Amino acid sequence: MSAVATSATASAKSGDDRGRGGSLSWMALPALVFFAGFAVIPLIGVLVLSFTSWDGLGDINFAGFDAWRAVLSDPGLPHALWVTFLVMAASWAVQTPASILLGVFLAGQQRYRAVLSVLYFIPLLLSSAAIAITYKALLDPNFGLGAGLKLPLLTQDWLGEPLLAFGVVIFVVSWQFIPFHSLIYQGGVRQIPRSMYEAAELDGAGRVRTFFSITLPQLKYTIITSSTLMVAGSLTFFDLIFVLTAGGPGDATRVLALDMYKRGFQANLMGPASAIAVILVFVGLALALFLRRLGGRDAGHSQLDGM
Amino acid sequence: MGLPMGAALAACGSSGPTQAGAGGGGGGTGGGGAGSATYWYLSTQPQEGVRTRTIERFNKANPNGKITGTTFQNDAFKTKIKTAIGAGQAPTLIWGWGGGTLRSYVQAGQVDDLTSFFDENTALKDRLFPSSFGAATIDGKIYAMPCETMQPIVLYYDKRAFEKIKAEPPQSWGDIMALVPKFNAAGIAPFSLGGQSRWTNMMWLEFLFDRMGGPEVFQAVFDGEKDAWSNPIAIDALTKMQDLIKADGFIKGFSSITADSNADQALLYTGKAAMMLHGGWTYGGMKQDGGDFVPGGNLGYMNFPPIDGGTGDPSNTVGNPGQYISISSKATPEQKEIAKKFFTTELMGDQAVKEWVETGAVPIVNGADKQFTGSPDADFLNFAYGIAANAKTFAQSWDQALSPTAAEVLLDNIAKLFQLSISPQQFTENMNAVIGK
Repeated sequence: MSAVATSATASAKSGDDRGRGGSLSWMALPALVFFAGFAVIPLIGVLVLSFTSWDGLGDINFAGFDAWRAVLSDPGLPHALWVTFLVMAASWAVQTPASILLGVFLAGQQRYRAVLSVLYFIPLLLSSAAIAITYKALLDPNFGLGAGLKLPLLTQDWLGEPLLAFGVVIFVVSWQFIPFHSLIYQGGVRQIPRSMYEAAELDGAGRVRTFFSITLPQLKYTIITSSTLMVAGSLTFFDLIFVLTAGGPGDATRVLALDMYKRGFQANLMGPASAIAVILVFVGLALALFLRRLGGRDAGHSQLDGM
Repeated sequence: MGLPMGAALAACGSSGPTQAGAGGGGGGTGGGGAGSATYWYLSTQPQEGVRTRTIERFNKANPNGKITGTTFQNDAFKTKIKTAIGAGQAPTLIWGWGGGTLRSYVQAGQVDDLTSFFDENTALKDRLFPSSFGAATIDGKIYAMPCETMQPIVLYYDKRAFEKIKAEPPQSWGDIMALVPKFNAAGIAPFSLGGQSRWTNMMWLEFLFDRMGGPEVFQAVFDGEKDAWSNPIAIDALTKMQDLIKADGFIKGFSSITADSNADQALLYTGKAAMMLHGGWTYGGMKQDGGDFVPGGNLGYMNFPPIDGGTGDPSNTVGNPGQYISISSKATPEQKEIAKKFFTTELMGDQAVKEWVETGAVPIVNGADKQFTGSPDADFLNFAYGIAANAKTFAQSWDQALSPTAAEVLLDNIAKLFQLSISPQQFTENMNAVIGK
């Protein structure tokens, strides 16, 4: 994840080392080998499996388009796609503004902000499963926080009502990942030259005005990077949702990745599960390409013209 | 993925020398007995302790052919054993619940046929409950040794709650429906339920189907009869189920409670819920965690009551008729020999039976009830033994009986049925679509 982040921010100002790239291409080799071994080859395997019928135990039989037909005609697929899209959109809409504000706040050099930024970082250090188990215990309608403190407002059926459960998933995901994205924005804000703010101040711009006219436009590529990570990441949310709701209640929070796991490892249908995996890959690729396009053709172009 | 050492050893040993003269009775043949059999099992206590001590006793008596055990958590085990078997890396002894999962192993040729082994060891076969062999038998052949304990699903209740509202435990479905508003008025949830686990909801349907139409209703599904779920009795049972949910029969928030966390048992022993339909294994859990609840005599238990107008025999029960151990067909002859020796000696030996009784469960051994006297859990043990001994049918849990594919669809639809997001008619349509799969 962080590799993508740094390469994207680096690309914004890579104009001057373009000349030295040719002779150093061998340095990409180890990464390439890893990528081929752990991404490309398994991907081909999954693609092949999606045209077979296999229960994970016996022989693998070629089955043509059976698995694809089964998956595409199942009303569960559009539902899972829709839930995945909702999770993606909602978690983006919650995380982006919060992360930008926090990131700008933490970019200040004051000492207390440095302390706070360490504290904010803590959720990122916990494993998703641990976070999910903790929230599940806190939100338990009978033995959780609400029941313990006798607060009726908190004593909801948090994970048992479809809408509430969806909200809880978004909340917990945001709680976990806002620190990470704040960190990206913090770095982004710190790269904005101070002279811009000084010039704006001389012209009489207030805090709000400088935020919208300088900070936000200067963060354009950081926003794209962070959004790409959020959107691509939310496609593969699995552990957190699996432990928190197991896709429930009913199938209210069954995202594509969960649907894939349930078909493959619980229902022993590796063919259809592989078909869903392939769909996931293509949706993810399409989204990443789309977000790159949003950045415009001049993604490598400097934003600091005239400085 | 990190397979444990034991599995790797098993795979390496598959080219080992074939041992000659391995008779059925299997006296310690000795010589070249370097192989050791592998055994994966569940890590839940107190059961894990019994399994571990059983292996230790066996290893002590058989220094030349030992068993190496590895423990796993329940859900991790289910996935891991499947993956290992699929990859040809199965342990020698494959532990499980029999039924549909065992059938999938058999169809893949991964487990040995033990029919002739039991023909040669009639004493062993006669020692075990005949009803426990059903889930080990696929197409007339036995593929697993039934072992450990049988776990009927029983209706637990809190005597204090019934005293509070001055009522008697339900004797019929009508009683249950009449009790619901009374308990709700007293601020006690009528039934506890760990609904997120889904199979917990399924136990209710198993009893409703059985009490209303007998085991034949589900048997038709199991046998793959077309549209078997559309049976009017099934629709009626599903409707009754939703009626109970709509009447607030279950604790608020049941669909987010998991059975793995034992929160459903906690609701019963903390007095938040009055009754709970659950497996026999929860008795031990409530005794361990519930403080004075079980020793103080507050826990009541009974078989599921009859349903007015139903044709099912009220002595019937459902649950796990036993646990099952198969022998991997990929194991070496030495390993298989060790496994069979384990079956005939320690697995369900006298000491093992005694220790299983101490966990508060009924071992699947004829005459096990003689061990109950003097046990602090004698009442419950005799009750559970009586259910198993008197049941006209001891049906296996649906999700274990069906193939994993059909079971997943079933559990999924049961969750939706309990969520009231699908009607009984939609449930039957969805389920008819996967009959025989």
